[in-house]
Amino acid sequence: MKLSEQWLREWVPVSLDTDELAEQLTMAGLEVDSIEPVASAPAKVVVGKVLEVEKHPDADRLRVCKVDVGHTRPLTIVCGASNAAPNIKVPTALVGAELPNGLKIKATEIRGQKSSGMLCAAAELGLEENSKGLLILDKRAPVGKEITEYLGLDDHSIEVDLTPNRSDCLSVAGIAREVSALTGARLKAPKINAVRASSRAGLTIRVQAKADCPRYVGRVIEGIDAKAETPFWLKEKLRRSGVRSIHPVVDVTNFVMLELGQPMHAFDLKKVNGAIMVRSAKEGETLTLLDGTEVRIGKGTLLIADKTRPLALAGIMGGEESGVSNDTTDIFLESAYFRPGAITGKARSLGLHTDSSHRFERGVDPMLQRKAIERATALLLDIVGGKPGPVIEEITKDKLPKTKPIMLRHARIERVLGMKIAAGRVETMLKRLGMKLVKQAGGWRVQPPSYRFDIQREVDLIEEVARVNGYHNLPVRRPEAGLSPHPFPEALVRESRLRMAMVDRDYQEVVTYSFVDPRMQALLDPEASTVTLANPISSDMATMRSSLWPGLVQSLIYNRNRQQDRVRLFELGKTFERRGKATVEKPVIAGIATGSALPKQWGAETRELDFFDIKGDIEALIALTGCADEFRFDAALHPALHSGQSAQIFRNKEKIGWIGALHPEILAKLDIDRATYIFQMDLMSLKSGKLPRFAPISKYPAIRRDLAIIVDEQVTSQDIVDCISQVAGELLVNLELFDEYRGEGIDSGRKSLALGLTLQDSSRTLKDKAVDAILDRVVGALSSELAAQLR
Amino acid sequence: MSAEQEKSLSEVLEEACNATRAATDEAAVEQLRVHYLGKKGVLTEQLKRLGSLPADQRPQFGKQVNEAKQTLQQLLAERKAELQSGARARQLASEKIDVTLPGRGHQTGGLHPVTRTLDRLERLFIGMGFEIADGPEIEDDFHNFEALNIPEDHPARAMHDTFYFDDGHVLRTHTSPVQVRFMENNKPPFRVIAPGRVYRCDSDVTHTPMFHQLEGLWVDESVSFADLKGLLSEFLSRFFEKDLDVRFRPSFFPFTEPSAEVDIGCVICGGKGCRVCGHTGWIEILGCGMVHPEVFRHVGVDSEKYTGLAFGLGVERMAMLRYGVNDLRLFFENDLRFLRQFA
Repeated sequence: MKLSEQWLREWVPVSLDTDELAEQLTMAGLEVDSIEPVASAPAKVVVGKVLEVEKHPDADRLRVCKVDVGHTRPLTIVCGASNAAPNIKVPTALVGAELPNGLKIKATEIRGQKSSGMLCAAAELGLEENSKGLLILDKRAPVGKEITEYLGLDDHSIEVDLTPNRSDCLSVAGIAREVSALTGARLKAPKINAVRASSRAGLTIRVQAKADCPRYVGRVIEGIDAKAETPFWLKEKLRRSGVRSIHPVVDVTNFVMLELGQPMHAFDLKKVNGAIMVRSAKEGETLTLLDGTEVRIGKGTLLIADKTRPLALAGIMGGEESGVSNDTTDIFLESAYFRPGAITGKARSLGLHTDSSHRFERGVDPMLQRKAIERATALLLDIVGGKPGPVIEEITKDKLPKTKPIMLRHARIERVLGMKIAAGRVETMLKRLGMKLVKQAGGWRVQPPSYRFDIQREVDLIEEVARVNGYHNLPVRRPEAGLSPHPFPEALVRESRLRMAMVDRDYQEVVTYSFVDPRMQALLDPEASTVTLANPISSDMATMRSSLWPGLVQSLIYNRNRQQDRVRLFELGKTFERRGKATVEKPVIAGIATGSALPKQWGAETRELDFFDIKGDIEALIALTGCADEFRFDAALHPALHSGQSAQIFRNKEKIGWIGALHPEILAKLDIDRATYIFQMDLMSLKSGKLPRFAPISKYPAIRRDLAIIVDEQVTSQDIVDCISQVAGELLVNLELFDEYRGEGIDSGRKSLALGLTLQDSSRTLKDKAVDAILDRVVGALSSELAAQLR
Repeated sequence: MSAEQEKSLSEVLEEACNATRAATDEAAVEQLRVHYLGKKGVLTEQLKRLGSLPADQRPQFGKQVNEAKQTLQQLLAERKAELQSGARARQLASEKIDVTLPGRGHQTGGLHPVTRTLDRLERLFIGMGFEIADGPEIEDDFHNFEALNIPEDHPARAMHDTFYFDDGHVLRTHTSPVQVRFMENNKPPFRVIAPGRVYRCDSDVTHTPMFHQLEGLWVDESVSFADLKGLLSEFLSRFFEKDLDVRFRPSFFPFTEPSAEVDIGCVICGGKGCRVCGHTGWIEILGCGMVHPEVFRHVGVDSEKYTGLAFGLGVERMAMLRYGVNDLRLFFENDLRFLRQFA
């Protein structure tokens, strides 16, 4: 809501200066967003009276004027405006003035005629975009007075950012009421009297949608002056409130909306066929709006129509055809109450947002319509003349919103606000807000005014008390509460621990959007059943991610395009997948890495990252669970991964993730020219750890035996470990694979592996014989199950 | 004979001493020791001649041999020490390194500034007895709107540019649905925070379609607006590690009543007025209020018995003010040159 400070002060004269006034409003919940001067207020521009006008001897379009500006002698000013005439009063820029457009006024000669000043149009004072001629001032304007002062240009446009519950403040009257309640200053509302009808002209009003339009007030005014113009004062009030002047009738309805908060509409009576109907739109109806756009009206939208066609979108915008124009002589004024729910969303769905829909959506005072139409009539008679008919009113009383009385308990105020406020003060505050109070045991019965329909409960009243009292005057209590420890499951690996493990292994955390490019997702996770947004912000953010890979890959590309060769990223977040009708949200941890294994450094050979570097990082995460032996990596195919370098990760039997090199084809498609490794794992299985369980440390020495075996290529390290673990028994306390070798001395298609077995007994020293027996069993099993040969 | 022997002994000793002085390394010294003093060493052998001497000469000769041995022993030890320290010095000199060369191995990565900020926020609230709750990011209408007193045609829905799915679900527009879910499943009193991602269908210089919020809820029998002021003032000063001007301004949220917007004295300019605070000296930092009775009704909490306070803040906004970040969009570009500044 934008309004003129002067206009507000006309309604409520307060002694606060502009900043203090803004501060008061802001601290009462009517947040002042900006305060802008309404004009750049030029100095040395005064009220001048044109005394004589003569044709310029050497220029057809110029005139030479004698202008009285209160000096001893009139000034001679050459002027090009066609409306320059004797006896008018106009803003006159004196020599030395600087106009808002930067023009400096000097004594000069124009085609041989001396000119010492300039007669100004409104545009030249920065009050209009375009002007047709000089700005003609009121006859009573005092000659010689500074124009800034005379036109009140030292005014401000105050922009108030209103919360949706305070539609009662979407008017000068509303904000003035609030200022009055906050400061105690008296309201000086203009008197609004009923205008007596001077004709019997009327129009049939048929309200079919009674629930959506419980009050419809109309009036016919015949014989208005089609040539009349909006007076400057009214144009200025509109301009300072951010509304453009359009047509005197429209300007008046806008003025009343700004002043009282009632959006109104004026129809050209001659375009209305028979009657005004308020009804729901039928299937397939269309309407060309005031702004020239043709809209298909959704079924059920509230319409103002005549007998044959829609005329206006009720409460949103009028139609082009039935609106007032430059040859309109008879008008029908509308001042209605539309149910907010009937308007909400309708304008938005048509891509419209108007001052009218803004107010109706939030709610207009249901008692205001008649007052508004009387105010508009009076102004119209002044400006465009005409004969008003009687006010016509259609009411459906039981559908009009009513404010119900509310019980307010004095003790409850203290309970909610933490401060006792004296009964007398409560009464004063609420009465100033227009509420009626009746004392009851322990409190009051409060009746809010019709425009405060947002007040529906006791707590709403308590908020009003807090607001008028000032939040800053409410007490501050240091938090006090009982101490009760929250659950602290020790076996749970905290997410922060997993994050730090990644950070310590030189990964940078990223946060990527939860919605991704569907093409990227199809490339990296083609088998997922995805969840798609109905109204994405753009087509490349349309699908909920089923994997963190699209976001990570995009971040990697982003950074590689910015001269970052070595990129190692990770993210914790949710993935989204459709399972039947439901969407499953699953938290995961994922990472991506490319570049050298270690940052380039002196004294160490630079080596490209490989699969096992990344696997080591994952194993570090797994180790945090304390259940490393429950996890395994099995070679498996994933559409986005290199077929020879990808593994599915299991915890016991459960599939919990993937690791691998990105498929070369995908790298090519994405224009990544370096091997890139990527992984993702379910967070839940990484978070589920175990409580440590003490086992006594053996006092007896451990014995280590190394084995070198040769196996076929397809035998995996995991096969060998599984085989040994199965037959070695519980004396095997550690098994490590410390070398893998191919080449000279080994047949092609075979490989040599070196294993270290550590055996230990907790109750005695192991004898060589026992160790040999175990080794024999191991070698036997490796040979029979995996065709392994000792090397 | 005796003179001959004596001469011979002193000759041997002199020869040994000269050789010792000339020895150039520890091994040579050790060799000399073995040669002269070992079991079959030259000086040791001299003693064997004792038997062939007349009895009266024996004591003296024995003494002379022992003295010679001791002299040589001492000399050898001295020479050895001398050589050792020289070798150590040479070793040290030869092993000298440039300690200013950089260390080797992995570097350390870093947390995203949002995580860093969330960690800090969570710790502060945990310290004040709050526990952490979580909820889905794809929400139903009831939890995201209805239960929070935002019915279908409420103008407040226009404040939320909502992402929809075809089945009517939405991407949560705030973390407030988590408080609804928490209250559905727990009995008061409780203090809980809900951090997480939220989504609004809005993208420009100051809006990203996804950002993070932290929601807080405290329900007990005597929680009042005074506690709200106390809790949040305390929290804000702790978060920014300075005594801040904090002001509470009436505002509107459908799920709280009374509602307040909280401003802090601008942390950038100290209240003098700058671009960040729009030259007002104040920065809007969070929204809060007393839990609306309608919200309590939806989750079955008796609003006569219990009162509650709730608040919600934007995590990126806190991070921007804390670290002086001037563009919200940087948080989601994931540019390493940005992220590494928060390691």
